[in-house]
Amino acid sequence: MRISSKRFIAGAMAAAFVLASCGGDDDTTTTDAPPVTDTPGATTPGSDMAPVSGTLVGAGSSAQAAAMAAWQAGFQAVNPDATVEYDPIGSGGGREQFLAGATDFAGSDAYLKDEEYQTSIDRCAGDQGAINLPHYISPIAVAYNLPGVDALNLTPAAIAGIFAGTITNWSDSAITDANPDITLPDEDINPVHRSDESGTTENFTDYLSAVQPDVWTYGKVKAWPEGIGGEGAPQTSGVIQSLNAGEGSIGYADASQVGELSVALIGVGDSFVQYTPEAAAKSVEVSNRVEGRSPYDFGFELDRTTTAAGVYPITLVSYHIVCLQYEDQAKVDFVKSFMTYVGSQAGQAAAAAAAGSAPISDDLRTQLLESIDQISVAG
Amino acid sequence: MSTDITDDINRDTGDDFASGQVNRVGDRVFSGMSRGAGLVILVTLAGVALFLIWRALPALTADPSEIGPGGSEGNGSGFLPYVGTLVFGTVWASVIALSIAVPFGIAIALFISHYAPRRLSRTLGYVIDLLAAIPSVVYGLWGIFVLAPAMAKHVYPWFNDHLGFIPFFSGKVLASGRSMATVGLVLAVMILPIITAISREVFLQTPRLNEEAALALGATRWEMIRIAVLPYGRSGVISGAMLGLGRALGETMAVALILAPANVYSFKLFTSQNPNTIAANIALQFPESTGLEVNTLIATGLVLFAITLFVNVMSRRVSRGRVA
Repeated sequence: MRISSKRFIAGAMAAAFVLASCGGDDDTTTTDAPPVTDTPGATTPGSDMAPVSGTLVGAGSSAQAAAMAAWQAGFQAVNPDATVEYDPIGSGGGREQFLAGATDFAGSDAYLKDEEYQTSIDRCAGDQGAINLPHYISPIAVAYNLPGVDALNLTPAAIAGIFAGTITNWSDSAITDANPDITLPDEDINPVHRSDESGTTENFTDYLSAVQPDVWTYGKVKAWPEGIGGEGAPQTSGVIQSLNAGEGSIGYADASQVGELSVALIGVGDSFVQYTPEAAAKSVEVSNRVEGRSPYDFGFELDRTTTAAGVYPITLVSYHIVCLQYEDQAKVDFVKSFMTYVGSQAGQAAAAAAAGSAPISDDLRTQLLESIDQISVAG
Repeated sequence: MSTDITDDINRDTGDDFASGQVNRVGDRVFSGMSRGAGLVILVTLAGVALFLIWRALPALTADPSEIGPGGSEGNGSGFLPYVGTLVFGTVWASVIALSIAVPFGIAIALFISHYAPRRLSRTLGYVIDLLAAIPSVVYGLWGIFVLAPAMAKHVYPWFNDHLGFIPFFSGKVLASGRSMATVGLVLAVMILPIITAISREVFLQTPRLNEEAALALGATRWEMIRIAVLPYGRSGVISGAMLGLGRALGETMAVALILAPANVYSFKLFTSQNPNTIAANIALQFPESTGLEVNTLIATGLVLFAITLFVNVMSRRVSRGRVA
């Protein structure tokens, strides 16, 4: 049944895409959009831009599906004739469809791989390829269920040991040493992980393998590795349910979804950091951009091992992948207008309210706007 | 189940028309319609089978290192090891469900057919049938929010403490209760209506003369049931159990919601390491799958299709015995 609905959506999207391109041609004759070369660097917030119409089609990350719903609503409130479609089929599928030319943009929890970037040069108009815009930053919380323990410090070594199955008891010295003020029970740890493939798992294991490669030897994976035990639970809601039901459990989940559960403070350098939107947003700022790409690309090699103060290192960064050049002006206007809105304060606030994401910093916003401003018609 | 019934009806009416002497327009229209309906079923089944084989082929012919977890990086384990634990989990969960549901189903059916006062038996039969109308996702939610935590708190630890020497009950009890035992219980509740309904029907069909003969020989009611009713209804009970098994094998949402899966072969009922079932695994992994991963999932679906087909064929063979 899932298959047929997916196919139906794909069919509907294909139809919408055809319609959109037809509509786009009409629009170029009616709306007098100024040629892109006439507006150098003038960064205009979404609301100031001329309203766009037509349909923009995207697909990809399910992590940003809730935020996307908020962006669609917020954008369509300002642009009543515009429709943004988004199919949360997963990051890999989103990049695949985008590179095949089936969608106008992709949502992805990972930036384009090198070979995908090469493909994007063919897929996009002109020869500049596609760029990654980090519009969705979401902290991943390490939550636990231990009655009477409200605050818990966990060093990277402790987290990696717990999830790799080498630390199995709450009173293990690797945990108690970092928590001198509280008594931890002599109880087995029940680590909970996602049983489906997930960008949350991918980012969490990326963190584990970066900070403790000797303990976490399974690398960065989308699906939880076999043979290390722990309780598998479907989706974020399943993980939360398992944590709530099982005393002595610990798990990782989207920070906005943990609810009443206690959340561990993560060891960074010599201190322990509580997750906050600001601390999560900082994780991008201390990271380096991927090399060998367009100067307007903002794919980040997230620095999980940072020791900078006040940075929360376990974050999921989800990108919007767009072409730097499109075939027609209407599409260019639409993409620019939508991406500008998504990155704007209003757009980021909408996502924070809907999905609990961390708004990007003003610094990053300014840089992203410069990139978005470079999107133009090929030729 | 529905296919079997429709099939029966079509065959019966078809025979009647074939041998009938009267030949009116209405008869021909109706005969054509019912024949068409029968054909549609066959075509649909063939279509599903073709689709499964066609889409499964790329996964079956691909290099083993590309299949299974880690396949996209070229360190997969191959299709057979991947589907092995899933087949095991599917069959294991169904066996647990059957071993709980069959005794219960027979007992309930006997109570309705031979023990309960007429009014109570009607109500009870109605309530049992209602169980079949509850969507499986609701069973799943009930399982995960109500049954699993309650069993993990009050029931499983007792078995674990007192009967832990039996391998089934050994290991560490999963605190959230999302283990194979809970899945088996929920599946048992789900297949109970089918088994009960069919058993009840065959028990009610026991010839009055057989029962009265048994009673006349001085049998008690239980002895009468044992020597007259149960032997007569045996094939019906077996075919009911097979139909229940068919449903348990393919159950998706309830298992996907409840079970804490891992890629293992394990008979332990209470731990966090449970083999997943084919259908639940497809439901879990499909949304984020692309390319060859989708082919792999469809190939596991093909395996499930073959298992279910086998079970249904067996159930037909058994039920072709004395009754129905």
